[in-house]
This record gives sequence, C-alpha cells and structure tokens, in this order.
Amino acid sequence: MNTSSNSYTFIFSAVMVVVVAALLSLAATSLQPMQAENVRQESWQNILKSINVDVSRAESEEAYNNLITEELVIQNGQIVDGMNPLEIVIADEVKKPLEERKNPLYIAEKDGETFYVIPLRGGGLWGPIWGFISLKKDASTIYGANFDHKSETPGLGAEINTAMFYDQFQNKNILDESGEFKSVTVKKGGGSGQHEVDGISGGTVTSDGVTDMLKNCLAGYVDYLKARSSSHDEDLPVEELEIDDPIEDEDVDVASNEVIENDVV
Amino acid sequence: MSTETIEKKKESEPLFSKKNRKLLKDPLNDDNPITVQVLGICSALAITVQLKPAVVMSLSVVFVMAAGNIIISLLRNMIPQRVRIIVMLTVIAALVILVDQVLKAYLFDVSKQLSVFIGLIITNCIIMGRFEAFAMGNGVWKSFLDGVGNAAGYGVILILVSVFREFFGTGTLWGYSLIPDSWYMANGGFYSDNGMMLLPPMALITVALIIWVQRANNRKLIEEN
Repeated sequence: MNTSSNSYTFIFSAVMVVVVAALLSLAATSLQPMQAENVRQESWQNILKSINVDVSRAESEEAYNNLITEELVIQNGQIVDGMNPLEIVIADEVKKPLEERKNPLYIAEKDGETFYVIPLRGGGLWGPIWGFISLKKDASTIYGANFDHKSETPGLGAEINTAMFYDQFQNKNILDESGEFKSVTVKKGGGSGQHEVDGISGGTVTSDGVTDMLKNCLAGYVDYLKARSSSHDEDLPVEELEIDDPIEDEDVDVASNEVIENDVV
Repeated sequence: MSTETIEKKKESEPLFSKKNRKLLKDPLNDDNPITVQVLGICSALAITVQLKPAVVMSLSVVFVMAAGNIIISLLRNMIPQRVRIIVMLTVIAALVILVDQVLKAYLFDVSKQLSVFIGLIITNCIIMGRFEAFAMGNGVWKSFLDGVGNAAGYGVILILVSVFREFFGTGTLWGYSLIPDSWYMANGGFYSDNGMMLLPPMALITVALIIWVQRANNRKLIEEN
C-alpha cells in the first residue's frame, strides 16, 4: 500500500476524523447526565454553605430540598414567573444593565429563621470569581458568604476561598443606618466598621474584584429585599405599635420616590 | 498508577530485557525530558505552584502519553507521512478531551482542581516529541514503556519543583501548613513566606537549580569542552 499517495492521505484523514468525532461525541453524550448532576449538586452545596450548612455532594439534594423553601427570579424589584433560577447564567446577567437583569434568589428556612441567598459573579486578576452570600431577614445583615475562583494566584488572591477570608463577612451590613445600599468593601491594610472587611495582602486585584462583585450583584436585589422585609414586618402582630411607625416612614419614602420619578419623566 | 503494575510485571515477565528497562529508567535521570531534553518547560512553569495539582497533572500525562504512544505505534505503518503531525495532534487532543470528560463525570473534585491544566496537556511538547521520535519507529510494548518512562521523568521534576515552590512560597505541602503559626512575623515571629516563589520566573530558576545539581552529580551529562 502506498501510504504517501494523495488519495490515501485523504481517505486516512477522513476516516480518522469520523472515528475520533464519533468516539468523543459518544463519550460526551453518555457522560453528560452525570456531569450535569455534579454541577447541580455543587451549586446546591454552595447555596447551603452560604447559610452555614456544610453537606457532602451526595447529601446536597436532600438538604437543599429541606432548607430552601422558595426559588425566585427577580427583575427590577419584581418576581418573574415561570423561570428556574438554577438555569440562569449569572455570568451573562451581571454584565447587563440593572433594569434588564434577571436575578436568581433563594429563600431558606433554617431553625425557624428566614435567609436570602444571593449568587455572586465577578472578575478577579486572572479569571472569574464567584460565590454566594446569605442575608438575614432584615435584608442587610450578612449571615454567611463563600467565594471561589477559577485561576487566582495560589497563596495570594486564591485565598478568597478560605474560611479565614469569607467568615469576616458575617454580621457585616450591606445597608447603612438610613437604609441606603452601601455594600461591603474589601479594604487593604485592615477593614473596620460595618461595611469593611480585611483584604488579602498581595491579592489586591482579587480583593478589589470581590468588592466590585458584591456591589454590582447585590444592587439588583436591594429594592426587592427591602420591600419584602418591610412587608414581612406588617405580618407581625398589630398590637405592637412601635412597628407601625417604620412602615409609615417607608410609605412616605416610596411616595417621595415616585414624585421624583415623575419629575424626571 | 501505571508504574505500580509495571513493577509487579517485572518479576514474572521476560519482556523487561535490559534494553527495555533502560527505556523506562533513562528518562528519569540521564535523559530526563525537562532537565536534559528541555521539553515541556511551559507546563512546568504553570502548574508547579502547589504540589497537589502537580501530582494529578503528572498522572494525567502518564496516561495520555502511554495511551498515545500505544495508538501511534499501532498506526505507525498506516499514518501518511505528510500529515503525521496532524494525526498525532488529533490523537493527543482526543485523549485529553476523553480524560477531561471522564474526570468531570466520575472525579468531579479532581477535575475542579485541575481546571484549565488538563487542557494544557495538549500543548505539552514532550508528548509530541516522543510520538515523533519514538512511537513512529518502534513497537507497541517499547513505545508504551517509553511513554511511561518519559511521563514519569516529567512528573518527577514537576513534583520536585512544586514541593520547593509550595513550601517556600506558602509554607504548606499538599495544603497542610508545615511552618508553625508563631514563626510568622504577623504573629511576632521572624519568618515570612517568599511570595516570589509563587511567580513563574521562580519555576524557571528552580528548574535551573535542579539541572545544575543533576549535571554536577551525573558524569554522563558533563560535556567535554
């Protein structure tokens, strides 16, 4: 057989391409369900981790179904019906302007308390960073957070996925005293107060990435969560008179916002 | 993984003639792909920051190289000379994608650790080099040994460099902290990790140091001037 003739070369290449393509597509399609399951379990695991529940991947489905009571998609402060938040590609959503963004939100019930779990996505020094953050019922106090990264420098920026870094976020506030959105900043050389945490020395770009990610992602939820947490206050027993006052204040705020908007229009 | 089975076979199988053993042993020292042939330097820079990914990378390269050498050796009389490099690339790429898919399905955590590095195997010039230089002209068994030997030689250097870099760069090995917390300057001690070890140039310098030590000890490698 003349293995250097043109026709042989063509036939060999064609056969090789077909065989390799068939093999790879067979492998890809037959392994696809297991891979998808792994990815799903991992997001359940991460959602649970943000409300400080640590489970193995195998147990994640059961725990998720037990603890997460609602899966919502929020756009412009309103619930969008008929969408599965787990299927939303957050990496694409965070690049859109705030009004067009579809924000997945998970609501957890743990030990009789309600927590809001928010997925995060942003950029570090070398590649994407992401995570989940959970807020207490007041829609401001951080209950738990975790982060991960694709390719940050080990020992420097990569430290964001260690508990030493993300546990600092617990009990910080994303709203300031007057209820305005302020987010939490990762500060180089020591953070203090309600809106700052300590940065990673040598990981400045990644730290700044976390700050930007929090600011950008949380912004899409603030309106909805504020509305939701104040409407929950209304559900409380009416006898407690003190609670009525803040609600009235809230109403005034909403009204004045509307006036401003009308002026702009 | 494969080295263990080979050692077991060694006792019973006559296949391990002195010549065949040489195929396996030479790349570990006298003909090491990184320090002597100076191949595969690029991946040695990228994944030697920590020990764990370096070990998993080495194992993946052992698999891809052994399997690839076998395939190329089986096909060596059928591969058209003019497109042989393309054929080799196709074989490597197919194997690497296969490894990646299987890891994602069955060893999800390992595959997360490796992330982009597994794809980097495709660009590893050692594999291409051994296909071209050895598997194209030798039998299946010899090619298999050559593949395992060279991948192991590559792995040994990778592991050496990563131990060096992880220990001096972050004070850990395999993720476990080895330096007492009280030694660190932050806690009033005298020690500080060398952040430069984590940067790619230090991998090159470490490899150079290994080459120096190896050449000083191995008479065969000392060139006559």
